[in-house]
Amino acid sequence: MEFIKPSINIDFVGKIKVFLAISSALILGTIVLLLAKGGINYGIDFTGGLMIQIKTDSGTSVKDIQQIIQLTSLKEATVQDFGDKGQKEFLIRAGAQDITVSKIEEELRSTFKEKTGRDIEIRRVEMVGPKIGEKLAREGLLAVFFSILFMAIYISGRFEQRWIASAIMAGALGAAVYLAYNLGVSIKFMIIIAAILSILLSFFLRFNFSLGAIIALIHDVTITLGAFILTNREMNLPVLAAFLTIIGYSVNDTIIIYDRIRENMRSGAKNDLSQVINKSINQTLSRTVLTSGTTLLALVVLYLLGGGIINDFCFALIIGIIVGTYSSIYIASPILIFLTKSKVVKM
Amino acid sequence: MRQGQAWRLLIIFAVLVASLIYITPTVNPDLPSWWEKILPKKKVNLGLDLKGGIHMILEADVKKSLEAHMDGVAEELRRELKSEKIRFKTISKKAYNSIEVGLEDEKDRIKFTDLLHKRFPDLSASPQGDPNLLLVRLSPQAEDHIKGMALDQALETIRNRIDQFGVAEPEIRRQEEGRILVQLPGVQDVERAKEIIGKTALLEFKLVDEEHSLEEALKGNVPPGSQILYHVSKDPKTGQVTKIPYLLKKKALLTGAHIIDAKVQINQQYNEPYVTLTFDSVGARLFERITEENVHKRLAIILDGNVYSAPVIQEKISGGRAQITGRFTMDEAKDLAIVLRAGALPAPVNIVEERTVGPSLGKDTIEAGIKATLFASLAVGLFMLLYYKLSGLIADLMLVFDLILIMAGLAFFGATLTLPGIAGIALTIGMAVDGNVLIYERIREEIRNGKTTMAAIDSGFGRATITILDANITTLIVALVLFQFGSGPVRGFAVTLSLGIIASVFTAVFVARVIFNLLYGNLKLKKLSI
Repeated sequence: MEFIKPSINIDFVGKIKVFLAISSALILGTIVLLLAKGGINYGIDFTGGLMIQIKTDSGTSVKDIQQIIQLTSLKEATVQDFGDKGQKEFLIRAGAQDITVSKIEEELRSTFKEKTGRDIEIRRVEMVGPKIGEKLAREGLLAVFFSILFMAIYISGRFEQRWIASAIMAGALGAAVYLAYNLGVSIKFMIIIAAILSILLSFFLRFNFSLGAIIALIHDVTITLGAFILTNREMNLPVLAAFLTIIGYSVNDTIIIYDRIRENMRSGAKNDLSQVINKSINQTLSRTVLTSGTTLLALVVLYLLGGGIINDFCFALIIGIIVGTYSSIYIASPILIFLTKSKVVKM
Repeated sequence: MRQGQAWRLLIIFAVLVASLIYITPTVNPDLPSWWEKILPKKKVNLGLDLKGGIHMILEADVKKSLEAHMDGVAEELRRELKSEKIRFKTISKKAYNSIEVGLEDEKDRIKFTDLLHKRFPDLSASPQGDPNLLLVRLSPQAEDHIKGMALDQALETIRNRIDQFGVAEPEIRRQEEGRILVQLPGVQDVERAKEIIGKTALLEFKLVDEEHSLEEALKGNVPPGSQILYHVSKDPKTGQVTKIPYLLKKKALLTGAHIIDAKVQINQQYNEPYVTLTFDSVGARLFERITEENVHKRLAIILDGNVYSAPVIQEKISGGRAQITGRFTMDEAKDLAIVLRAGALPAPVNIVEERTVGPSLGKDTIEAGIKATLFASLAVGLFMLLYYKLSGLIADLMLVFDLILIMAGLAFFGATLTLPGIAGIALTIGMAVDGNVLIYERIREEIRNGKTTMAAIDSGFGRATITILDANITTLIVALVLFQFGSGPVRGFAVTLSLGIIASVFTAVFVARVIFNLLYGNLKLKKLSI
């Protein structure tokens, strides 16, 4: 069986402008969304707060739960339908509370019983104090930061085979980060600094492959984030893990095609770069589509059957892998053309 | 036979057998006794999100224990100054960790600083504007020591309580910044467990202040040395809460520190449970003296600031026994006995993070996770079979091998399987075939270029191997970062993802190649089914 004919020869490089425009629009859209919605919707893992998952008999609506909550000391709570259809489950979210979780649970139970005569089952409770939230947020951001840092260093070293230049890159990145850290720069800015610095360093050291891979990585994460914000989903610990996995996957996908480009550059005569790139993308197209396909297949099954708790996690991965596959084909490789001044391969 | 083929087969066989041995305790919990003697019996642990249970991070209010320590220090200073005949105007607590000492004149001050040097090396004094008004503080080392001791004691107490409550495989650990992690897998009665862990359980015996009027005190004129505490009780049947005020002497005559045993007994007349206490020898003597000196007075029994009862002392009580009554339910009485036996927490603890999963949700979650993983495997497996035929079947075998290796790895490292961990396995299933796909696509390409079967296999594996390693290292880097910075469930994801990556590289690059060599090299199959 074959989905993609071996004779396939699509001119990816020729359409780079169209896809750069599309990607730019998507990234811009994400930025606009971020500004319009006032940032990422962080869950209680990072902000601190309370979340209670309850199960009731049928015949209870979100409105009923909201009314009952009004009668308890839980203030400013939001209620959301949760889980599969037919199962009456709700998520109650609230900010940090002055009273203990046990008191709140007791109140919920007794108020519900009083109003409806029925019992509720409290299935899951998560309470994160503000200090712990800060700690988890700090650790999460550090994880993002180190992933980007290690990725930039690994790609530059592995790809360019110019280890001295890579050492310079690693040293410069490390030094800048150390400096920023000691100046008390927040981790959020450190991530941005690391990303921008990786791009600039790759540019000046003429690490074209690294530059392409890093741009693709930032592209993938940004657009996935956009989809996430657009669908009003919440950033929590597992979702952050999903985003880091996207970083790994994005680079993975890009590496496969870049490897082929290098191989074709070595073996072939010094062709026109755009030809080499086109050939390489086409040669690996079947693999790219198949692997993304099987991974997506597994993820969609997980999304549909895995239950509500990992729904957002799967969503992030699905979008990330679609975007990552798109960017490896349409962005990461064609962008090499833009990055090399001469059209003849000399990297 | 190709060179080294036998060795490779042997390695694969050994890995497979070892993996199966490591999985066995998880799959089959009833192991024969000879197994337990010689073979590993580590199991894959299920995370709290799958098993149900409580995860809590507690923060001990160590300021409170410093404060208590400084109260004692102030008391001691007062005594010492009196016995050394050093004249002082005031000794009063300034903050939770400092005491203000006002001395009469310079001579007293010099004597005082000498005394501090000799008898209280942990304390230092610095003048506060007025040279004879000194601020006494603990040295930072001593402060840290007290905090550390308080935490150690809190940890020990909590561990004792949990042991007595009866939880299988609890995890209780000190964390940074004076926090304590408590994980209780599979606990059914979450409320009770929380109550038992979080209770300070400071038991005190105080005399009722009968010289002053309670009414006056309630109006705000609390006499110095006395305090108002309440008896708060809840009717077990109607749930009605009543509050009765008591005017008590502040000084605790005896505390729960002297308790060696606490038991639940039933009052035959009302069929109500109550708790009997047994004191150690020092406590027994103290109790005897207290009751002797205060016959016909009322002695209040106070737990965490709540007055349980305040009976009139009829006569001297020897033998070191006392009772706490107070309309308990059986569970309440049992739990009270547990916390009294295990001792008081040196400082109140606050829950700063809490995640509880009910057992029914845990069961639903693991069912959904297993179902999803199974269907994902089937879907991917079927696809590979259709797309690559016999080679697809080999890839499917590798997939099964991957799953065995991941589970064995989890058991080997004693790792915990969480819901994100299951998601990691499902994700790896999708990504695991990537190695096979890379190789097969390459082989197809080489065949198209006119190579013979064996040559195509050789160059397909050879060329794709570097790429596979390269590509997987990036995901592995991310997984390791996640492991380092993630906690709980996320760590579970990092573990299965890492194991999955390592397993899939091993099977795709090494195992699959041996099988191909066997089929097309040794068995000399002519036509490549790919």
